Amino acid sequence: MRRNYHLLILLFPVVFWLVCFFLLPLVSVFIYSFIERGTYGGVRWHFTLENYQRLFDGLYLGILWRSVSTALVCTAVCLLLGYPFAYYLARYRPKHRSILLLLVVVPFWTNFLIRTYAWILILRTEGLMNSLLGGVFPNWSPLELLNTPLAVQIGLVYGYLPFMILPLYAALEQLDMSLLEAAQDLGASPRHAFWHVTVPLSLPGILAGSMLVFIPTVGAFLTPDLLGGGKVSYIGNVIERQFKTARDWPFGSALSFMLMGIVLVGTVLYFRALQGSESES
Amino acid sequence: MKRILEINIGLVYLFLYVPILAVVVFSFNSGEQISVWQGFTLSWYAKLFENAALWRAVRNSLMVAGIATCIATVIGTTAALAIERHRFRFRTALVRSLYLPIIIPDIVLAIALLAFYVQVRIPLGLITVIIAHGVFNIAYVTIVVRARLQGYDSTLEEAARDLGANEWQTFWRVTLPLIAPGIIGGALLAFTLSIDDFVITFFTAGVGYTTLSVHIYSLLKFGITPEINAISTMLLANSIVFILLFLWFQGKSTTTERQDAR
Repeated sequence: MRRNYHLLILLFPVVFWLVCFFLLPLVSVFIYSFIERGTYGGVRWHFTLENYQRLFDGLYLGILWRSVSTALVCTAVCLLLGYPFAYYLARYRPKHRSILLLLVVVPFWTNFLIRTYAWILILRTEGLMNSLLGGVFPNWSPLELLNTPLAVQIGLVYGYLPFMILPLYAALEQLDMSLLEAAQDLGASPRHAFWHVTVPLSLPGILAGSMLVFIPTVGAFLTPDLLGGGKVSYIGNVIERQFKTARDWPFGSALSFMLMGIVLVGTVLYFRALQGSESES
Repeated sequence: MKRILEINIGLVYLFLYVPILAVVVFSFNSGEQISVWQGFTLSWYAKLFENAALWRAVRNSLMVAGIATCIATVIGTTAALAIERHRFRFRTALVRSLYLPIIIPDIVLAIALLAFYVQVRIPLGLITVIIAHGVFNIAYVTIVVRARLQGYDSTLEEAARDLGANEWQTFWRVTLPLIAPGIIGGALLAFTLSIDDFVITFFTAGVGYTTLSVHIYSLLKFGITPEINAISTMLLANSIVFILLFLWFQGKSTTTERQDAR
């Protein structure tokens, strides 16, 4: 009885906070997504499915596709840059390894706005990239680099690369080297050993890193807003506009639920893949 | 093969640091242009100290992060203790729902809270931002403290109880000192996340209330001046101090463990 009483005290605050400030807000968005928009930016309490029907408009499907494909490209680029990086780091002399790892963590602890702003400095028409290229090629005419999909893509890779490297490093560092030696003793070429031993064993790291990059990038709002200059729309920006300027909260709510759906499907796929990789090894 | 790996390492570090270093270098640039070098100056830093709006935003950020961190540290720690030291019916459900605030996109959590505040008529401002930060901070603190609790087994607590300590004494004298590094680590993480958060604050703060991130955002949107380079450099210096602090605490906790092992 006394133990139950303790448990109640421990559990009450967290359950209270989650229910009041997480569950109820989600319910309230869910309700909003099924009502009509009012004339002056308010809402009319009238049931409708129109908000969800509008999602299948060509315009919004296009934006959705752009968000998902940008996030997928971002994940792939982070993996391509991050895997060899983490692989090398995991085999580095332990003494200096922690410093190298710290250098990956510093950007992770740095304000995201600042890190995004740094790319404005580089990519703007009078920015460092154009100055550099102008220095190398005398006849260089400055390119419009900022406010393009490429700028958004670069900004996203830059922002989320540490999220890929850290779990990859954790997986690769734990890797039992004797397994690789065994594979090579049994006649496997280094390439064969890499693809058939190292990669499968580091799969949990690959999956975790991909999740940590894909999820925030698919709903990213800040990077497209600052580096895309509002010229190219991503789902995060459309949601922001519905709530801040267009004042169409019901439609914004429906968009949010769709975004959440994508993320949850991604999460479920992740856990499936993780179970698959565990049962294999 | 090794060559390619080395080139890749170099390129990744360049990619990670060139943008940050560019900001630092240009914070000492005397021109009015943010990215065309004219000459050395410290005047942007001097300007920064006279900027009242900036310091108000800094004060607001510290207040939000401070209060939200305190709340989240207490609630996150109690949640972690409940999850790791008790068996109850909705345990798995609680564990899973504590991951949700981290998994769902920022913007969804932000607009959900906004819609909720408007529906129940809570005026937007300091309180609504703190509540919002509490949601994700509790989730992070719980994860960090749970990891610490999993790191040692509960036999020490059982031993204390066998030796006659009551639950309260056991908690204060045995459990709390052991998980303190986890709690401090979780609190530092929560504080950093709070200070850095933009999206959730942007939606839940309303028009009148500005934190540092929101202030920087409006500078970036409505007129970039070289002052932003100086602000960024100061923030960068701050995060480096924070990391060193975090590592120092972690280093301390591992050395005490080593002493304990002896």
